Amino acid sequence: MRRAVAVFALLLAGSAQADSSVPPSPLAYTQLADPDQEAQAKALMETLRCLVCQGQSIADSDADMAGEMRALVRQRISAGERPEQVRSWLVERYGDYVTYDPPLSWVTAPLWIAPLVLLGIGLLIARRLFKGKAA
Amino acid sequence: MKKLLIWLPLALFLLVFALVVNGMIEPSDRLVRSAMVGKPLPDLRLSPILADKPGIDTSDWPKGKPRLLNVFASWCIPCVAEAPQLLKLRKAGAEIDAIAVRDSTPDVQAFLARNGDPYSRIGDDHAMRAQLALGSSGVPETFVIDSRGVIVDQHIGDVRAEDVPKLLAALEKAK
Repeated sequence: MRRAVAVFALLLAGSAQADSSVPPSPLAYTQLADPDQEAQAKALMETLRCLVCQGQSIADSDADMAGEMRALVRQRISAGERPEQVRSWLVERYGDYVTYDPPLSWVTAPLWIAPLVLLGIGLLIARRLFKGKAA
Repeated sequence: MKKLLIWLPLALFLLVFALVVNGMIEPSDRLVRSAMVGKPLPDLRLSPILADKPGIDTSDWPKGKPRLLNVFASWCIPCVAEAPQLLKLRKAGAEIDAIAVRDSTPDVQAFLARNGDPYSRIGDDHAMRAQLALGSSGVPETFVIDSRGVIVDQHIGDVRAEDVPKLLAALEKAK
């Protein structure tokens, strides 16, 4: 009986809320009126990392912080900023980690060069194989 | 050559094993550190969230003494856990300002009444703009601001008892 009461009490208990009760900024879930600007903002959002849900872009996430980052992107784009300016504003604060489109630097160079090197190796191997057949 | 090759699978296995063990002993670090450490405070103008405490305006930031800037929220549970440590820091002479993220006046009042109030000033960051401007990616976080208004350190997560001396040392160094 006591166990049943305890289980029932657990069912009644609310879950612990770890999110704000303040409603999100309007621009977190509302598109911009100008379709060109909205398209620019959307394209940028898809390449920005959600910092609290790190595998997702801010366009994909319902986290509070992702919502506010979308609002920030839309607000800045509608104020006339170019997407790259907004991106660099965020990179200045969070480092390259915040963008899914990493700029070329000494640290990221392998990311950009490795595919080219692999392609080159592939071509070399292919050439050797084809040569063998022709002979 | 063949004799050596026979050991290759074992060598590969050991390599993978070592990677797994290393990953278990030292899990990868998923914290996002602010790139603003080392830079001056960004321009922040946050209205007060409580009637009896000023908000945050970095254009008239009190210089000459290092301060802590605590990013917190009444809805954040680790913020409750760190409250006693912040009170200890306050008692030890640290000046602590705060940014209340996506919060309301009654919630902050209730939070401070329950957990104690170590803050000199509290700014209302309802749309997370100040948090984003600081490069902060969660609550709670604590920034150390030196006597010239430059961010010199960032503590991510709740301040625990063992962090109190570290933060006091950072404040001392930031003079």
